[in-house]
Amino acid sequence: MKLTRWPLAGVAALLLTMQAQAADGQKIYAQGGANPAAMACGTCHGADGMGMAAAGFPRLAGIDAAYTRKQLADFRSGSRANPIMQPIAAALTDDEIQAIAATLEAMPAPSYAAIGRAEKTEGAGATLALRGAWGRNIPECVACHGPGGVGVGESFPPLAGQSAQYLSAQLNAWRQGTRKNDPNDLMGHIARSMTDAEVQAVSEYFASVGLKEVSQ
Amino acid sequence: MRAHLMLGLLAMAVGSPLHAAEIKMDDQSQLTQQTSKDAGEQYFQPPKESELPANAYGELVQQGRAIFVDTQKYAAEYVGNGMNCTNCHIEQGRKANSAPLWGAYPMYPAYRKKNDKVNSYAERVQGCFQFSMNGKPPAADSHVINALTAYSYWLSTGAPTGQELPGRAYPEVPQPKAGFDLAKGKQIYAEQCAICHGDSGQGQKAGDGYVFPPLWGKDSFNWGAGMHRINTAAAFIKESMPLGKGGSLSDDDAWHVAAYMNSHERPQDPRLVEGSVEKTRVRYHANDGVNLYGQEVGGVVLGQGIK
Repeated sequence: MKLTRWPLAGVAALLLTMQAQAADGQKIYAQGGANPAAMACGTCHGADGMGMAAAGFPRLAGIDAAYTRKQLADFRSGSRANPIMQPIAAALTDDEIQAIAATLEAMPAPSYAAIGRAEKTEGAGATLALRGAWGRNIPECVACHGPGGVGVGESFPPLAGQSAQYLSAQLNAWRQGTRKNDPNDLMGHIARSMTDAEVQAVSEYFASVGLKEVSQ
Repeated sequence: MRAHLMLGLLAMAVGSPLHAAEIKMDDQSQLTQQTSKDAGEQYFQPPKESELPANAYGELVQQGRAIFVDTQKYAAEYVGNGMNCTNCHIEQGRKANSAPLWGAYPMYPAYRKKNDKVNSYAERVQGCFQFSMNGKPPAADSHVINALTAYSYWLSTGAPTGQELPGRAYPEVPQPKAGFDLAKGKQIYAEQCAICHGDSGQGQKAGDGYVFPPLWGKDSFNWGAGMHRINTAAAFIKESMPLGKGGSLSDDDAWHVAAYMNSHERPQDPRLVEGSVEKTRVRYHANDGVNLYGQEVGGVVLGQGIK
């Protein structure tokens, strides 16, 4: 009897640990990390993880976990400079980063229409997004970020569902060199070839295009 | 040597009439390599999309463009892999030095030595479907061919016929003096290509659809596609890869990584001769640029095909 109880206790303890692990990410999101400097994500990124457009705080819901882990590491190292996120990333433990990245990936995000290169275009933003500006070696945005800018894998984040404020701030950060954490300068060299007007137009395009329905 | 060549020619001569109906060669060997422009010379400028007339012709051209950039969706029944036309013909088939349609269309009908006949433009495009798309060629009078032809014709507006325009091909890249090196190619692939095309060349999807095309394996172009030639792939890669950073690899690195890509298994050459890789190699690959079909790499003979 005693012998059988012990494994059960072990399983129960394991379940508790797993639950604690799973709850951890959500707790960090809502209340912050163990270090008080690791402020709660939801304060700025919204309870639903969809960001705050007016302030330029990005959508985090549904973002690939490996992408989030890399961004937090890059905030720590400074290859992605940001006065708000740098101290927060530095205050998060590695375990906390793992947990929060997994939580964000699992957060429900709206689904976006997969508008690809076959669509006709109207306006400068749509043209850049779906046709590129190859005279300056600027590929169609959707060629890497996927149709509708829905994001592809761990290296090409979604553009859909991000605000124009956030998207233009990132493009400008690449142009100014304050963000230089993209593999092989794939985004940096494109951003540096873009004009101010293009940055604005394409940011507005992805901020407004393709919202189909809210999944939850 | 001479006897061997004669035998090969004899085999081709005997074999060609039998297969003439279904064989569409994906061969660029009829191109001369005088493709780069002189200093100060402008490449041919295709018309702007905004200039398309709002009539039935303009609509067919737009349908052709849609097929060209999203072949997966708009010509699905003819496509047997994860490719779109525009994966190899950058900028919707407009970009100079990336096999633009305005460089191809005005050159047809053209004699192609490898299938030993005069090919119409429709037959040339059918070849793309059979080999590069690893699919079934649409009928010459099908909507898909009509629309792609209309798109090509429109992009060629104002181009002279029967003249090789500068920028019509992938500019040839000289082979490394010491030959290509698969180990170096593997390293370049990991550093420069894998982020988009995956660690195993499998490509990457968003949802169900490929965003980055598979470079080898069952969903890539087959052993009969022009891109299976290392020289052709090196030329394409040097000019256009990584996407938006064309020209950033050295000539040698373009060759190494092209050889690495084409040292993997891919769908069988649909012209497979009597089920024999060796016979197929002798007839179709022995004199087709630099390629590894039927060659032993790492103890395995390539060209077995993969489904």
